[in-house]
Amino acid sequence: MADRAEFADQAMQFAPQLYSAALRLTRNSADAEDLVQETYLRAWRSFAGFEQGSNLRAWLYRILTNTFINKYRAAQRRPTETGLDNIEDLYLYRRIGSLDAARGNRSAEDTMFDLFTDDEVKAALEELPEKFRLPVLLADVEGFAYKEIASILDVPEGTVMSRLHRGRKAMHKLLYDFASERGLISSDPVGAEPHTADGTEQ
Amino acid sequence: MTDCNDTLRELQTFLDREMSETARSVIHSHLEGCPDCLEAFDFHAELRVVIAAKCHNDEMPESLLTKIKQCFGEDPEAEISTH
Repeated sequence: MADRAEFADQAMQFAPQLYSAALRLTRNSADAEDLVQETYLRAWRSFAGFEQGSNLRAWLYRILTNTFINKYRAAQRRPTETGLDNIEDLYLYRRIGSLDAARGNRSAEDTMFDLFTDDEVKAALEELPEKFRLPVLLADVEGFAYKEIASILDVPEGTVMSRLHRGRKAMHKLLYDFASERGLISSDPVGAEPHTADGTEQ
Repeated sequence: MTDCNDTLRELQTFLDREMSETARSVIHSHLEGCPDCLEAFDFHAELRVVIAAKCHNDEMPESLLTKIKQCFGEDPEAEISTH
């Protein structure tokens, strides 16, 4: 990158998405603003450490997550991980995937879009324990590859994959719970898709 | 012929695009002949679109942009503050 002015220009374009990510991490707008501001301040000051030609967006997310982990994590109550392992594969799909009949003429995507409110999807992500929330946020919301997430979080790729797997299942279960609470879908999985990943029928 | 269990086990890796071309084509050819698995893959692909869209629509306060620009005005050689 040629100079600091160019760096500032390029870095600014990521501000809205960094702010969204910061909200998912801190869960409140005041801390999210502080976190993003501090991220840019650190990026600006450590500009010399940024390797030209490497991924600026990934570098900013790395600063954001490190700052969050160092500064905000200690202050937050750590949610328990209990129950995270008892969710079967395809949990959500097996319960609501066969809603085809209800889809009528609308496209599948419209239906899925209407099934959960914005707040529910955000809450489902924000309720994940941080160890799982970070990989899910970076993969499913920010679209980073395993390798990039491993580098951002300083963990091996295999760890990224297993945390993603568990985190996604937990998030899908939360989405199902929210939708059930609103009565949008029956909490009784009768007629649920018997197509399972492990070959067992339940 | 790959079976459904093998295919569904690879669902997330497939959607993450973290697979070799060879492995992808094996999944593809199974999906072409298996509507049940295809439905599961489609469902999760749609779910991802919805999750990403709904987690990315927060409105950033204008004041934050101003604060960020102030960061860029800082003397970059200034000592890094304590954290």
